[in-house]
Amino acid sequence: MRLEISLGRLRNEFVAKITELSGQDINLCYQCGKCSAGCPMSFIMDLLPNQVIRSVQLGLAEDITSSRTPWLCASCLVCTVRCPKGIDIASVMEAVRQIALRRSEDFIDPAGLERDTVAELPPIALVCGFRKLTG
Amino acid sequence: MDLSYYPGCTLKTRALNFEDSAIAAMAVLGVNLIELPRWNCCGTVYSMTDDDLAHHIAPVRNLVRIAEQGSDRVVTLCSFCYNTLKRADLLMRNSPEKRNTINTFMDDEIDYDGQVEVVHLLEVLRDDVGWEAVARKVKTSLEGLKVAPYYGCTLTRPQEIAIDSVESPTVLQGLMQAVGTTVLDFPLATECCGSFEIVSDPDAVIERAYTILGMAQRKGADAIVVSCPLCAHNLGHKQAEIAGKYSDFTGMPIVYFTQLLALAVGVNPEVCRFDLNFGGVEALLRDRGLIPQRV
Ligand code: SF4
Ligand code: SF4
Repeated sequence: MRLEISLGRLRNEFVAKITELSGQDINLCYQCGKCSAGCPMSFIMDLLPNQVIRSVQLGLAEDITSSRTPWLCASCLVCTVRCPKGIDIASVMEAVRQIALRRSEDFIDPAGLERDTVAELPPIALVCGFRKLTG
Repeated sequence: MDLSYYPGCTLKTRALNFEDSAIAAMAVLGVNLIELPRWNCCGTVYSMTDDDLAHHIAPVRNLVRIAEQGSDRVVTLCSFCYNTLKRADLLMRNSPEKRNTINTFMDDEIDYDGQVEVVHLLEVLRDDVGWEAVARKVKTSLEGLKVAPYYGCTLTRPQEIAIDSVESPTVLQGLMQAVGTTVLDFPLATECCGSFEIVSDPDAVIERAYTILGMAQRKGADAIVVSCPLCAHNLGHKQAEIAGKYSDFTGMPIVYFTQLLALAVGVNPEVCRFDLNFGGVEALLRDRGLIPQRV
């Protein structure tokens, strides 16, 4: 794959927004992969957590916004506590979700949940799920 | 000792077995958990984006209520509530600018700047009561019961609010040893159960649960001990489906630490509501002669 790396891409609006929302300096990441190694949801992710960080570094907004990874991230914070460079990866995932949610691009439609599913779930699951996956 | 107690939404609905057993067990240990007369949902999760102050209002409002009621310490049972309230408290202590904005927004309330210490019940048991005092109160030792301690995510992450070592916590082990159980070395003790993904991707949570439950089974655990109602749900409620999919899985009782504590210190088993647990806890305890046979 040919990848154009230009200043315009490295410092695009998306990168600036992620940096602002997450409060993280993603350029510190040296791609050790520790975040992905411990991630409990990596088995279903299309981009691994370290690949999300790398994509932010390269300004590849499309790759990230079209990925399911930020929505599969369970905010368990394992990556955050283990990153040797002190990057709060979980907050970067949250920033990606927030950018979509603030555009009203919800990941789930609460009204579409089966009645039985709703009845079965404890309040903590519903409140938490709606907080993370809807705007 | 009297302690202000913040229940949160799930303790009052799906986790009565957690709440009732905790209140009864702590009373035996000389700690009265006094529910706050006024509280609201903490929002369950701490907002992690820098500009999203609106979602800190719910936990901070609770902290304001607690301060207003004259308490400087509040205890939670639910690990998620602990995490959210504790992190909101830290934010209000450490970020003057955000504190100011939040306090100004809630101008009908007293200002909050960290008047309340948020603690989890496991910390109270370890630091205020102590394992020796717990052991002295044991009437029915749970000897012979092999348990896998399971912390999940929110008691030990992030580092700033961890009640114990982030990677190798021992607090559940301390408590479970005090009540006589054999505590197994459980490598997945701090692995995530899939959390809120149960709402959008239950199949992924089933895989997570199988990984964790299967490990406990291979280790020879009689039960997994938890402190979070979301972990209890995710590890528990789809066990039949998991057993159907993976023939090596045969079921794993999921029990709150407060229930085993209560049983050990002589609380009536009926108060512990083992009937609300997943994975066959009642059958296990009956089999071991720890609760009466059904009549
Ligand atoms: S653990 Fe940190 S430094 Fe290593 S790949 Fe992940 S984000 Fe980068
Ligand atoms: S916070 Fe998200 S990305 Fe990080 S380890 Fe947990 S599930 Fe994976």
